Amino acid sequence: MTTRVQLEFFEGPLDLLLHLIKKNEVSITDIPIATITEQYLATLELMQSLNLDLAGEFLVMAATLIHIKSRMLLPAGDDEPDEDEGPDPRDELIRRLLEYQRFKEAADQLEQREILTRDVFVRSAAPVEETPATGFREVSVFELLTALRRVLDRLPKDNVHEITLEKITVREKMTLLLDTLRSKGKVLFEALFSEVKSRMEVVVTFLAMLELVKGCAIRIFQEEAAGPIVIEAAVGIDDALIAVENSEEEQHGT
Amino acid sequence: MEREDLKSIVESLLFVADGPVTLQRLEEVLEGASKEDIRSVLDELQRELDTQRRGVRLVEVAGGFQLRTAKVNADLVKKFLGGRPARMSRPTLETLAIIAYRQPITKAEIEAIRGVDVDGVISTLLERGLIRAVARKDVPGRPFLYGTTPEFLQLFNLKDLSHLPTLKQMEEITLPEVPGDEVSLENTEES
Repeated sequence: MTTRVQLEFFEGPLDLLLHLIKKNEVSITDIPIATITEQYLATLELMQSLNLDLAGEFLVMAATLIHIKSRMLLPAGDDEPDEDEGPDPRDELIRRLLEYQRFKEAADQLEQREILTRDVFVRSAAPVEETPATGFREVSVFELLTALRRVLDRLPKDNVHEITLEKITVREKMTLLLDTLRSKGKVLFEALFSEVKSRMEVVVTFLAMLELVKGCAIRIFQEEAAGPIVIEAAVGIDDALIAVENSEEEQHGT
Repeated sequence: MEREDLKSIVESLLFVADGPVTLQRLEEVLEGASKEDIRSVLDELQRELDTQRRGVRLVEVAGGFQLRTAKVNADLVKKFLGGRPARMSRPTLETLAIIAYRQPITKAEIEAIRGVDVDGVISTLLERGLIRAVARKDVPGRPFLYGTTPEFLQLFNLKDLSHLPTLKQMEEITLPEVPGDEVSLENTEES
């Protein structure tokens, strides 16, 4: 499968770290570096296996985490128990995370204000109808990957299905998903994978979903943090269905 | 001018205005009325609209005064106007927050805080008129320094930058300053 999904990743390594810290319910000021590094690397691996474009910053952070971890594992010299050998190797990272977290909270506070064209209006202009830049407005990409990981873990372990001859294309999955949404309006993320039998199929379905989000045909959101992820038809869904069907015809020459 | 007349004309002016109206502008138009009188009727008008729970309220925003619909009516107003206003993504909002609190600030400085490229986000914010390049930093590369615009204040219903909510655990509120090493934009305006 050579489909490569280009996602403009607005979320970076710090977002991922904060997500992992929250998920593990630990504090930023005392990060369990080994656990976090392991999960961070696992996420990167998942992203790479999905052919998602990984910004260089993610790899730089991976190297940073590994470096911090190795420094923390260095034995204290001369039997001195817990003598201050110098600064905690995590300090700089913690400082960056805390600073970023402050601005995330500031953003939250701004969001809660009475916002023009969302909560209040003025006489002159109608709300500007703009095309959304990407579809990942309400759900972080990392939340999605966590949910995807859960789906993958639930699959039977045998690899027989890997050699299956069925050619499931991303386009077919996109059509399927669009049809489902047009009739049901919204579905749970997990429901997308209820009939899916192989790892390949899971990945293809996921990529199809990402493509549709990118094309603004569907929206993904969560009612509450760490709650069920819901997929919903968006404004562009009819156009998307036509576009996918047309490209399907081109391929099969019907 | 009679007080009730003054209140009435101020209301009319706010109604027709395009954007927030400064006290100064009102003073210019309403010759014979003092700043204090105008301020006083504005306060009274604001109180009345609030107390009577009217569909239109008076707010002080972006250094001026403006009539805005009551928040409680948001859904139906949106239905009436049609269209779906674009929601701001979290990364965009976070970047905007960084600029608001740390302005003037360069793209590289923003990226250092966010840990990721902000090119796309900066473009979006510039397009929406919420930020603008205010100067260039006097360092190699002479990168643009960004700051928020009056539109930003209007969007978030802020009187001015000093009314930004305090950053948590911050010692002081960061106000925009003009660093000594700045060079002002002359022929380098972004279009």
